[in-house]
Formats: sequence, C-alpha cells, structure tokens
Amino acid sequence: MASTVAVELPHGGFSFDNCKRNALLEDKGFKAPKAYKTGTTIAGIIFKDGVVLGADTRATEDTVVADKNCEKIHYISSNIYCCGAGTAADTEMTTQMIASKLELHRLETSRKPRVCTANRLLKQMLYRYHGYISAALVLGGVDSTGPHLYSVWPHGSTDKLPYVTMGSGSLAAMAVFEDRFKPEMEREEAMKLVQDAIRAGIFNDLGSGSNVDLCIITKDKTDYLRTYQEANLKGVRQGTYRYKRGTSAVLKTEVKKIVLEVIDTQVKPQAMDTD
Amino acid sequence: MATSMISKNREQAFMSNLTPDWLKTELTTGTTIAAVEFDGGVVIGADSRTTSGAYIANRVTDKLTKITDKIYCCRSGSAADTQAVADVVKYQLNFYQMEMGEEPLVQTAAHTFKELCYDHRDNISAGIIVAGWDKKEGGQVFAVPLGGMVIRQPFAIGGSGSTYLYGYVDSQFKKNMTKEECLPFVANALSLAMNRDGSSGGIIRLAAITKDGVERVNLTGNQLPKFYEDH
Repeated sequence: MASTVAVELPHGGFSFDNCKRNALLEDKGFKAPKAYKTGTTIAGIIFKDGVVLGADTRATEDTVVADKNCEKIHYISSNIYCCGAGTAADTEMTTQMIASKLELHRLETSRKPRVCTANRLLKQMLYRYHGYISAALVLGGVDSTGPHLYSVWPHGSTDKLPYVTMGSGSLAAMAVFEDRFKPEMEREEAMKLVQDAIRAGIFNDLGSGSNVDLCIITKDKTDYLRTYQEANLKGVRQGTYRYKRGTSAVLKTEVKKIVLEVIDTQVKPQAMDTD
Repeated sequence: MATSMISKNREQAFMSNLTPDWLKTELTTGTTIAAVEFDGGVVIGADSRTTSGAYIANRVTDKLTKITDKIYCCRSGSAADTQAVADVVKYQLNFYQMEMGEEPLVQTAAHTFKELCYDHRDNISAGIIVAGWDKKEGGQVFAVPLGGMVIRQPFAIGGSGSTYLYGYVDSQFKKNMTKEECLPFVANALSLAMNRDGSSGGIIRLAAITKDGVERVNLTGNQLPKFYEDH
C-alpha cells in the first residue's frame, strides 16, 4: 500500500526552464536564430489515370536564395509522393519518417501502401506537434482504390480535393487551377496545367523561383521528372567584349635578361626531438 | 546607424510580406452549421468554407462528418482539432459497436464527444453538433459547444454564422415539422448566414438521417435559397 509519507520520486519529462530564459533574452533584444524556410509553390491535380505533382526549386533563408535547385517533391513509396512547403528540415524529416513507417507497413502486410494511410500518419503526427512542425504538404498517389490527392496543413487538418496548391505561391497557382482545371484530363494536358501553375508561382511570388519539377503517378508507373522545365534560362551574351588582337599598336619592344642569384642549400636529415 | 535601422525594418516588413498571415494561422472552419430533429430522424446542414486568415483554403469542405452509419457530426472551430476529435470518436464508437454488437445511441456519441471536448477545453477549439438516429429515442440533436457542455435540443445552430440566425430560427421553428419542412428550414438559415457572415459561404451541404440511413443533398450556386435582394 502506498504510504502518504513516501518520498516523491523525481519524474521524467520536459524541462521548460530555458523557455523563461529565452523569453528574457528576446525581451532584451537578442535575436533568436531563424529556421531555413522554403518560400514555395507546390501543387497537384488528379487526372484521368493518376495524379500530377509539381514544385518550384527555390529555397530561401530570409531574403537570400539559399538553394537555386532544391528538391521539394519527396518520396513516400513507389506509388505515393509528397510535395513539401514550410521549414525545409521539417518537410524533409516528416516525409522520411512517414516513408519509413509505410515501408515497414508494406513489408508487414505485403500490400502496396494506400494514400489514405500516408495521410492519416501525417495528420496524426502533425496534430501531435500542435503546428510547431512547419510542414504544409501536398500528398498524392495511386493505390488499389484509384488516384488520391490531399493537402495537409501544419496543424494537422487535411482536405481531399481534385486540385490543391500550397506554399507562399499557392494563390498564384490556385488562380491558374481555378481557371483551367477540368475533371478527367489527359496526361499531357494535366502536366501542362501543373507546369503553368508552378510557373505562375515562380514568376509572381518572390519566395518561389528557378525550375519546375514534376512527378506523374499512374497505376503502374511513376515518372519523377526532375527539372521538367528550366523556367529561368540565363540569357546568351549576344556580342563579345574582348578587344581583337592588335587593337593597341606596339610602339617598342625590349627584351631584358633577368639576373638570378642561385643559392644552393643542403638539408641534412635530423633525429626527431622526442624528449 | 539610422540607415541600418531603417533597412532592418524594411527587411522585416518585406519578410512579413513574403510569409502572409494565412500561412501561419491555423485553419478554421469559420462556419455556419445547423441541425433539426423531426419525427423519425434529423436534418443537418453546413456551409462549405474553410478559411486560413483571409484565404479560403477549401471552398467545398464537407463539415458533415460521418461517425457511425446513422450518427453524424457538424464541425465548427479549428479544422485540425475537430478532425482529430471526430477521428477519435469514430474509432471509439466503432470499437464499441464491435464489442456490443449493436449500433451506439446518439446520446453515447454526444457524450464521447463531450468527454474529449471537456477534458481538453483549454487546449482545443471545437464547437460540434452531434445528430443522428437510434432505435431507442429516434432522431436526436445534441450540441457540444466550446466549453464542452452537452445538451439535447430540438434544433441547434453553431459556428460564427449562427449569430446572425437566432432571430430567424426562433421565429421560424415549429414543433413537429416533417423532413420536407426541415430541409428548407435548414437551407434558408444557412443561406441567410452565408450572406451575412464573411467566414461562411460556398455551397450548402444537407443530410437527412432516418432509420433507413442517410440521404445527402448539396445545393450549389443558383440552387441556394434567395431572399429580398433579388426581388
């Protein structure tokens, strides 16, 4: 029986001591380090035979473009991929974690993973962290029940829709989708639409830029098209600015001999000082 | 020094433009939801707007969420919270059904919702209406508002748009309405709220739950009930 005079054992758990300290430091003007975020345009649509996912390739750190060609379409399983916006580390680690869990689940059940399973794992993990994991995702794939597309928000809510966009460029991309999306599109038409949606983000949103990546998932094939379009080609210099040989007249030529003083030194091997 | 301060401020202003508020704020179903009991079942309804700040994150949301075959809930508040709570209750009642070999009562569902909403009342924002049919009491409506209370009502309204509706529903509600009377009652209420509340809108989703199951209706665009502005 438990005694009332028993000494209370120290229990585990988190220590929040540093939170107070950090708040104090911030009050006194200390700037806390900032996370590496990807101002992003990501999008996805369902078409006749599957889904098309798209992403830009700019990663930003404050106002600096930190990576001009990063990968934002992450692998979940062979038939499911996931675009990530938000903190780069969070989207990367979250998708890796869910990919790992789904692979073990696939091995255990001997079945291809389903998109709703990936969605449920993602939303339950993000919900557990109350939005502190900054991952806004577009999850798409094809499974035994057909093509599926979800948007997953950092707080853990999800929407199942035929076309979705996420990230800072999502408004530009959504404008393109709202204008041109129609159900049961052909593959080429769907790819063009997603490409144009991402391009809208690249050109109209400062946080997005560089190239277009696409990923097309159908029942029996997944095509990951890295750098599907180089949206920002470097211009080719039209003329040359180099002076032609002989542009400057040679007025005088003089050849001088440089006198060198050669010193010959010999180095003898010495024993290492081991005292 | 002065110039560096200005450029710092400008940079911060620039950054806050880069990451707009709707990316950081939680998704809310700034909502209008409603439910009415009738003899033999319930009619439930909701608008379809999910907002994140000023951005409409989803314009065709389904806020009428299935819990069991004959019990649904109408969700309002944080999208993440209400989805998570609904998922947990769905799991628990499914388990209950397997153990007991019969469908749970609507009252049981409502109290399962309450248990979660009350216990976590300081941490979640969820205003839920639980409605459905069971063989003991027939059609029932239970409101589980923000603090985690649970109360049975002949009809219930909820969400940000419901503030515009109390006068309408109090004047129009009649006892012993039929299903055919309840459907326009709910549709009219939702349409009025969607016109006045900026956080509500989109399409109207309706469902009638009876002993025979669920009958779902969507009202889009020109099918929305219209009022004085079009005369």
